[in-house]
Amino acid sequence: MSVVTASDRTLPARWAGLPSSGTWAIYGVLLLVLAVSWTLILATGGNINLTNTLVRSVALGIVAVGQTFVILGGSLDLSVAYQVSVTAITASVVMDGRPDRVWLGVLAVLGVGVAIGLANGLIITVLHVNAFIATLGMSLILRGGLNAGFDNFAGAVPREFEWFGYGDAGPVPYSVLVLIALVVAGWFVLRFTRFGHHLYAVGESEDTARLSGVRSARVIIGAHVLCSLTAVLTGLFIVSRLRAGAPWVGPDGNYDLESIAAVVLGGTALAGGRGGVLGTFAGVVILALLDNAFNQLEVNAFLKDVVRGVIIIAAVALYAFRQRDPIR
Amino acid sequence: MSARTAPPPSRERFGTAPTGSPGRRIGRALLGTAPIFVILAALLVWITIENPNFTDPPLFLLFLRRAAPLMVLAAGQLFVILAGEFDLSVGALITLVVIVAARLIDGEPERTWPVIALLLLFGLVVGLVNGLITTRLHVPSFITTLGMLLILDGATSYWTGGSPRGELPENFRQWGRLGIEDVPVLGQLPYAVFAVLIFGSIAVLILHFTAYGKQVYATGGNPRAAFLSGVNVSAVRTAAFVLSATSAVIAGILLGGFTGVSPDAGQGREFQAISAVVLGGAVLGGGRGAVVPAMAGALTLEAIFTLLNILGLESPLQYVVQGVIIIVAVAFAAFRQRTAR
Amino acid sequence: MRRRTFASWRAFSILLTLAVTAGASSMASAQTPASSSPFFNQEEFERQLAQRSIEPEGPADEPWIQAIQPENVDTGQYAQPAPWHVCFSNAGVNNPWRVVGWTTMQAEVELHPEIERFTAVDAEGDDNKQISDIQDLLGQECDALIVSPNTTEALTPAVEQACAANILVIVFDRGVNTDCPVTFIHPIGGYAFGADAAEFLSEQVPEGGNVLALRILPGVDVLETRWAAAEIIFNQNNINVVGVEFSEGDRARVKSIVTDYITRFGQIDGIWMDAGQDAVAAIEAFEDLGLDVPPITGEDQQDFLQKWSEDDLTAVAPTYPNFQWRTPIIAATMILSGQQVPAEWVLPQPVITAENLDQYLQPNMPPQHYALCGCENMPGFPERWGGDPAG
Repeated sequence: MSVVTASDRTLPARWAGLPSSGTWAIYGVLLLVLAVSWTLILATGGNINLTNTLVRSVALGIVAVGQTFVILGGSLDLSVAYQVSVTAITASVVMDGRPDRVWLGVLAVLGVGVAIGLANGLIITVLHVNAFIATLGMSLILRGGLNAGFDNFAGAVPREFEWFGYGDAGPVPYSVLVLIALVVAGWFVLRFTRFGHHLYAVGESEDTARLSGVRSARVIIGAHVLCSLTAVLTGLFIVSRLRAGAPWVGPDGNYDLESIAAVVLGGTALAGGRGGVLGTFAGVVILALLDNAFNQLEVNAFLKDVVRGVIIIAAVALYAFRQRDPIR
Repeated sequence: MSARTAPPPSRERFGTAPTGSPGRRIGRALLGTAPIFVILAALLVWITIENPNFTDPPLFLLFLRRAAPLMVLAAGQLFVILAGEFDLSVGALITLVVIVAARLIDGEPERTWPVIALLLLFGLVVGLVNGLITTRLHVPSFITTLGMLLILDGATSYWTGGSPRGELPENFRQWGRLGIEDVPVLGQLPYAVFAVLIFGSIAVLILHFTAYGKQVYATGGNPRAAFLSGVNVSAVRTAAFVLSATSAVIAGILLGGFTGVSPDAGQGREFQAISAVVLGGAVLGGGRGAVVPAMAGALTLEAIFTLLNILGLESPLQYVVQGVIIIVAVAFAAFRQRTAR
Repeated sequence: MRRRTFASWRAFSILLTLAVTAGASSMASAQTPASSSPFFNQEEFERQLAQRSIEPEGPADEPWIQAIQPENVDTGQYAQPAPWHVCFSNAGVNNPWRVVGWTTMQAEVELHPEIERFTAVDAEGDDNKQISDIQDLLGQECDALIVSPNTTEALTPAVEQACAANILVIVFDRGVNTDCPVTFIHPIGGYAFGADAAEFLSEQVPEGGNVLALRILPGVDVLETRWAAAEIIFNQNNINVVGVEFSEGDRARVKSIVTDYITRFGQIDGIWMDAGQDAVAAIEAFEDLGLDVPPITGEDQQDFLQKWSEDDLTAVAPTYPNFQWRTPIIAATMILSGQQVPAEWVLPQPVITAENLDQYLQPNMPPQHYALCGCENMPGFPERWGGDPAG
């Protein structure tokens, strides 16, 4: 879809991953949302619990980091919601409530994640199937498989595993630390590794990247594997919160469309090549803050959707305003 | 459909629009997407083997009536896909049509036509807004229409408090439910089948016999080249969104007629429509596809559901089949495209 | 955003809420399982079937404060002077049943001036969000916390956390796998619902007749119990179940499935439904083919009752009474003012039959209104529930 425009940007290593002005803008928006919602909430006699707000961001935040990678590469992944379910069920069935099998469960879901990510990446690069259809199809396949095999919560995770969902390291929950570590790691990879630079190049223009020697297929496959691994991590977080996995835990959280929304809200271009995980983190926190504010102000559940829709469109329109191209 | 669809003067010789006479173009488009007709025919034969009654004309017409909303929707979605965009808001628009119609008409037959006119107008506005946000504000259509989906869904539920009100009178419901009675051989000839034929013919006319149609192909095939050759790319895309929204309103009227008021009438239809279009050989990203194969894609999806039903397959497996088949269809189309070069 | 996912997953959460069972986690323990369903629990099945014929205690004209075989517990430790702050964690308002119930609950709160603040949060059908919601509410100095869980298993840890915080916890609708809440409020349950419907069909359908069972989604325990009970009754009465199909809450699909079965089998003698929301679509499938509508089971939704009455159908409507949304607020005020309540508050579960149909018919109410809302005498009726005061 992307149009060959510039030829001198094949390896934009100099600035790839650096917080761009767009990232600062999104943090400005974040502060604004925080200030407005906090004021409103204080005015109605409530209070914001920032730790809880961050915990609310964890499930979506982790998978949104992975979604950022695929979107930067000009792809996208609509199958992450069902990947979360697959992970949650696999983990709870394999662990089966036994502390000594935690490692086995984690190993199993990592394997499943790599397999699904590889499959998505290969379908897109080798079979040349558009990412939208490839991952929509994958999502239908996973959904069918899950529903055929499971019809309720299955297995259990041992109590020891609940530290991920409920444990605290002092004042900060472990899950928040994991999210922050992942964001930092994602930023590092995009900023300082060859893979990161190639990912930007492929997203900017796959043809140009390929012509300048980047193995674009490998890069895209790698991004999909990483994305699936973040979906796995979200699945592990969810299953540790819920104590068991069920086929609906992923789709109920709507991690597919919502992670894409968080990524673009964070300033990453849906067409790829521009943006980064720092922006995505801000996008996720904004969505969580809104959630929190909606709760505290007891906004009508249906109006919430309207507000979310308007905010997502408005934010992307604002970013686009800065980079005009009459044709796209 | 509206003044918006009136295209600026075409300069197709600079664009990538298919050339040749309309007849040849259609012929080539059909050839390029022929597999869908083979698959559809095979499915219909298989269904008939499992259930010999299936090809009785009256029963087959019932099958067509059931598929009608998706066929109309697929024809509309095709324009957006051809122009290189997505329209994810059609499902929410269908739900809105059913619920708003029920509440505004509230069982009073004389209000049916004014409300249908109002809904068509509203569809036009939704399409315009989708198109303008996408083209003027440069928001990717995936995001525009995802946001629109949320807004329409939320607003509809908010307006009715979450539970539909009112009812649809017979003269609204007839379009999706009734037909011309006592036709020889066929029995009842459902109005919905007419709706498909009429909307399909209009879509074929617009896409394959007007300058606008060529511009849609040009826009989707290579927007920069189309722009440089004088095509008003923004207007072409906006008009495609209007066509898609119009198809959603019509599909909503058919579906509301078929089933009556339901809070989930349009749930998931956007993905079904996109699946149908790619089954019909259209390429996401634009430039390739045709109306009749897209509608055949919709019919194929319905045939798959029916066949799996008859075979008594566990319903979850239907998703697996659907997932595999859309991936295979697109992979196949991509393969042909590459080998054709 | 959360209200939509691919295709109709929302239908799933719709279903989560349509019924309730106690002890959903226990698996079949009977030596001779009478049902093939892994959800089946013989003991609970028998208990619910017996409860149907037990006269509930309390005023008959206010079924929402009636209780079947109540065993009161002392709740003195939670008593405190008014005014109170009552909090509510709602699974969602993602289907008409929950919308009607939520409206009723808000009206009930207004009947109690001692409730100075009522804080409600909506989890939009997501387990993980509801867990966070409950954790947030724990920091808001609630005098009572009412929970309508999105799913039984997933919300258990969060409810345990709330109990440990020494707050008065009340659970209704679906249960949780812990008895730490002060009271658990629910109607008799899914087995009774399924059995009521299946027994009616077994009487109406000739022996060996063809019955089509229409369900919404597999795997929802509260709906599985309805089907498990029906399966047993049909087996006992030698009814031929020609198919068990899932509609996923899509009316168009209901119509298509029924039409396919009629054309395949020539004749369908009865329709069993595990939830009545799409019953009218099934009826229309017969009408559109010019056939008589066979005996059918539905629920207390207005459009079904109306159709039943107008066309004089042979039908029955077991209910999952919506008035249970009033009870948690009443229970909270009772406990906070020092009165005793049943530890398990089992509400009656009326069945609408041809004899009492007229009493439940409310033509001025919206098509998806639930006749057993228990809201007729509340302030703002009928407008607040979307009804037409003139009609």
